[in-house]
Amino acid sequence: MDTLNVNGLAKSYGSTAVLQGLTFELRPGECYGLLGPNGAGKTTTLRCALGLTAPDAGTIRLAGLPVPERAREARSRVGIVPQMDNLDPDFTAAENLLVYGRYFGLPDRAVHERIPRLLEFAGLGGRAEAKINTLSGGMKRRLTLARALVNDPDILFLDEPTTGLDPQARHLIWERLKQLLAQGKTVLLTTHFMDEAERLCHRLAIMDRGRFIAEGSPREVIAAHIEPEVVEVYGEPGGAPAGPPQGGAAKDMEQAQPANEQHPLPRERGRGDGSLMSAADWAREEAAQFATRVEVTGETAFCYLTESAPLLRHLAGRQGLRYLHRPANLEDVFLKLTGRDLRD
Amino acid sequence: MNAFRPPSPSLRFIPVWRRNFLVWRKLAIPSVLGNLADPMIYMLGLGYGLGALLPEVGGVSYLAFLAAGTVCFSTMNAATFEALYSAFSRMQVQKTWEAILNAPVALDDLVLAELVWAASKASLSGAAILAVVAALGLVSSPLALWALPVVFLAGLAFAALGLIVTALAPSYDFFMYYFTLIVTPMTLISGVFFPVEQLPAAFQALSSLLPLSHAVKLARPLLLGEAPPAAALHIAVLAGYAVTAFWLALGLARRRLLK
Ligand SMILES: Nc1ncnc2c1ncn2[C@@H]1O[C@H](COP(=O)(O)OP(=O)(O)OP(=O)(O)O)[C@@H](O)[C@H]1O
Ligand SMILES: [Mg+2]
Repeated sequence: MDTLNVNGLAKSYGSTAVLQGLTFELRPGECYGLLGPNGAGKTTTLRCALGLTAPDAGTIRLAGLPVPERAREARSRVGIVPQMDNLDPDFTAAENLLVYGRYFGLPDRAVHERIPRLLEFAGLGGRAEAKINTLSGGMKRRLTLARALVNDPDILFLDEPTTGLDPQARHLIWERLKQLLAQGKTVLLTTHFMDEAERLCHRLAIMDRGRFIAEGSPREVIAAHIEPEVVEVYGEPGGAPAGPPQGGAAKDMEQAQPANEQHPLPRERGRGDGSLMSAADWAREEAAQFATRVEVTGETAFCYLTESAPLLRHLAGRQGLRYLHRPANLEDVFLKLTGRDLRD
Repeated sequence: MNAFRPPSPSLRFIPVWRRNFLVWRKLAIPSVLGNLADPMIYMLGLGYGLGALLPEVGGVSYLAFLAAGTVCFSTMNAATFEALYSAFSRMQVQKTWEAILNAPVALDDLVLAELVWAASKASLSGAAILAVVAALGLVSSPLALWALPVVFLAGLAFAALGLIVTALAPSYDFFMYYFTLIVTPMTLISGVFFPVEQLPAAFQALSSLLPLSHAVKLARPLLLGEAPPAAALHIAVLAGYAVTAFWLALGLARRRLLK
């Protein structure tokens, strides 16, 4: 089955090279992820692949057809969830699906038959007559997914399908995508959520400034680009009793223990007697002997290493420093490859 | 690819036309009444008020003279409003076009659908005025029914011109320029409210280039029960405007949206 082949794709806006020679293909039945910071060129890649933006160089085949020359035809085999919802505000949920089906040349009868199943699939059973402006953000996103399925596509393009959704809605979308993959559909997904990519993508590419800087299965990418273990070291919040570490990584926690079971001294005083210091100072002065690589952001030091035991022993004897030890994940790779600076 | 390559639309414009029709159907009655009220007030106000002062204009009562002008004027307005404000909402604000372009519909189909839709809606308001005019006894023969295709053709021409403006517009405010600089002056020199012959020669020459005056020259004789002189010329001018302006509007839209 023909999916998407992109070869040497390049695109500039004015003097900015937005895509700089991308080459990739989707294998039938796989979920392929495009990851990259804001402005990396993910949406532009999708637009080129759909024939909505004319590339400056490169060849594209979508569903076996050359794009942009036969893009109109090729799009009839594709379902698209755009980055921004663009449901028709003048219509109900069901009318949105009906009218969208007509754009594919589907007879009303066929679409009417599909509507209840599509709404059910999107968790919107019973909402057929709901006006779009009465739907929550998550419902709109799910309705957009249902709309993308109205033509029973072989290939799905999903541009950040779960951005802005609550965990419940995100999990529902993930479940649905797995079902669609199980039905044999091929999925091209962009996302900023590394856990989402790790969970769903068979293969993925990390892109930055219009170039691929890593490609492969999530495991391959992690193995190829980063040390296997991470120890995050935090300074104790000024004088507060030790508690679980803050931050998004907490769910991946393998072990987390306060370095000091007693009430630690406030950090400001700690420097004075030499026994306590901030994580940043610790990283600057002592981390290098234990870790292959250390990155400091604010009050957290990320230590990347292959052998963690010596560092953990060292930290166990330190006052005022807490830590979190975990395996390296895609987010670490992403941050290593694309840097920690804001893009926009 | 050159944005101004020839249009190559397909029949996929029909589902897009139907989308706009379905939205309109939900608000049909207020929409038709709104399109009817404004021109009727003008026509009756000017026709009876001013008409009382004038014995005859162009050989008929002023009200009868004004009837054809009003039909064309309101066709122009309806087509222009739809192609400007409504199409701009769909293109820029609601992102309806973006959604449609993700389906197997080309921009060529989409712009054609907007063109035909705006002309269809304009025809409805032209037809509604025609019906009122007929009910007032201002129409002399069934020949007046030929005004309906004229209205549709004029609708295409004005919609296509409007779509050019929409494809260029950064925001709604931009449309004011089009009305102030083009639509209003065109209305005044196209024989809607008074015969073009009243104008200085230079303005008469300018008038003969404008689509509205050609629409009026077709519609007025038809409403008065006569075959329009030089009908082929007027039809050709209106069709020429429609085709050229559509081509240009599509090129500008491609440049704006498919870059
Ligand atoms: N129509 C356009 N005109 C000019 N520049 C554009 C246009 N579209 C995109 N760009 C620029 O191209 C770059 C890539 O944009 P793109 O939307 O593809 O990024 P993205 O990876 O999808 O980002 P995000 O994660 O924020 O959605 C950005 O710098 C953007 O400003
Ligand atoms: Mg994007």
